[in-house]
Amino acid sequence: MSAPPVLAANSVSMVFGGLTALSNVSLRLQEGQILGLIGPNGAGKTTFFNCLTGLYSPTTGNVQLRGKVLPTDPAAVTVAGVARTFQNIRLFPSMTSLENVLVGRHARMKQGPLASLFHGPAYQRGERDARDRALELLEFVGLGKAHDELARNLPYGDQRRLEIARALATDPKVLLLDEPTAGMNPQETEATRQLIFAIRETGVAVVVIEHDTKFIFSLCDHVSVLVQGQLLVEGTPEVVRADPRVIEAYLGKPPDEVEAEVRQYAEEVAHGGPEATQVIQPVRDQDGHEGGKR
Amino acid sequence: MATLLQQLINGLVLGGLIALIALGYTMVYGIIQLINFAHGEVFMVGGFASLATYRYFLPPSWRSDWWLALPLMAIGGAVVAVVLAVVMERFAYRPLRNAPRLAPLITALGVSVILKEVVRLGYPGATAPVPFPRAFVDHQFRFEFFDGTVNIGSTAILMIVVSIVGAIILQTYITRSRMGRAMRATAQDPDTARLMGVNPNRTIVLTFTIGGALAGIAGVLYGIHITNVDTEVGFLYGIFAFTAAVLGGVGSIKGAVIGGFAIGLIKTLSGQYFPGGTQYDLVWIFVLLIVVLVFRPQGLFGEPERVRA
Repeated sequence: MSAPPVLAANSVSMVFGGLTALSNVSLRLQEGQILGLIGPNGAGKTTFFNCLTGLYSPTTGNVQLRGKVLPTDPAAVTVAGVARTFQNIRLFPSMTSLENVLVGRHARMKQGPLASLFHGPAYQRGERDARDRALELLEFVGLGKAHDELARNLPYGDQRRLEIARALATDPKVLLLDEPTAGMNPQETEATRQLIFAIRETGVAVVVIEHDTKFIFSLCDHVSVLVQGQLLVEGTPEVVRADPRVIEAYLGKPPDEVEAEVRQYAEEVAHGGPEATQVIQPVRDQDGHEGGKR
Repeated sequence: MATLLQQLINGLVLGGLIALIALGYTMVYGIIQLINFAHGEVFMVGGFASLATYRYFLPPSWRSDWWLALPLMAIGGAVVAVVLAVVMERFAYRPLRNAPRLAPLITALGVSVILKEVVRLGYPGATAPVPFPRAFVDHQFRFEFFDGTVNIGSTAILMIVVSIVGAIILQTYITRSRMGRAMRATAQDPDTARLMGVNPNRTIVLTFTIGGALAGIAGVLYGIHITNVDTEVGFLYGIFAFTAAVLGGVGSIKGAVIGGFAIGLIKTLSGQYFPGGTQYDLVWIFVLLIVVLVFRPQGLFGEPERVRA
């Protein structure tokens, strides 16, 4: 447990105007670990990813990769070795699968603007190596046959896999996946789970944001729960799953408590409490239209 | 028949020139969604710079050898045009990168006026058209074709060849090279491109560099073909090139070239054959533009606008 973490977020806070999106979030990602980040909608998970990748510069705190503080320039963060995918897929739609992965390769290639114009032998070799690596990655995520397909024409699940291949092309030490199984059917979800295990095998540590708790608990070594911008609980899946605060914050209150509340509410209605009439009576303006619309 | 062929050739020459300028418009628009109205002036400055190279920098003994003088003039014109385009990007457009779209557009118009006036007042004799050296690389090929004689000058051939070769090299560069992919990626989604390690500023500067070089070369070709250069041509050909880029679909290399040739051919053919002659040739160009935009608002080869989620 005391090994140095590959990625460490130290008390990261992010304030937008008067809104505190993240407050003092710390996180340790060990080499070879798969870490799950869960939490209700609006908990700040994607904001946290944006801080990790340099899209936002944290109001306070910093992010370290293998002990070095990451810059807040996304291109430089990629070069340093953190790659990501997006909640809403952001491929380059008018480029082929292969080209998308090759763009991911950009930072690892050396050719300058002029070398690309005069196709020397070094240029040819670099381009061929990049292409081989890109094809290998497409094969790895299961898109080996689709390399000539335009990204926008790929089926949804394949687009998500292509995003992963593109992120892997940057040779990351840490891969951040933002809802990699959103909108997938059970078979695709299972394939993604296997893919993430395979990525870990290649020596890349992974952070996954997901809503599907079953998926997270069966995938991750370590789970952190983010609620309203704060780290609520962290630990192994077993610990997190059993924590009552997590169940309440993330999954809702336990059934018996909810039942008790419903019973109490029903009683109030039955006794004609003030709340009940307020809820039923819609607000009407003078023309008799409902609601506060003008 | 000879007249038709002659006008087709004239149209291709004019079209090649427009296409070279339109490429700069379309690439800059593709990457930062800016209609760089000052791009026509870059072309004009390229013409003047190549003339200045000839007059002030070439040793007199080199001037008569076209194979020596012409490449040096082209380099002079292109280098000045590139420096101008890059400086323009750095100081006029980059500070406005995140401003509302109207701000850089108005700036571009302002830059255009400034450049024109600076050259008009600063270049000796530029208040009137300035002659290029005559009979320079000028050789007319004449041949009989059915009912008459057809003329094609060496500068005309050069113009057509350079524009087509330039467009092919550019298309290959954009699709096959590392920096070309970075340019396309930045055009499609700048934020994601940054996350892939692409430096947006370098990519944008490269785009202005390529556009400027092509415009500079167009300026040289214009000068030796028309045998004079005038501060007004930047605006005039800028408008033609802009129209060509819109017609072909802004952002598309192929579109800019085909749009350029289409406009060149329509201008010469309508001037010859349509009622009203050359007085109305501009009318037909814009009629074509309107008709195309009614049926294909994104232009011939453009991609339909997508709303990004």
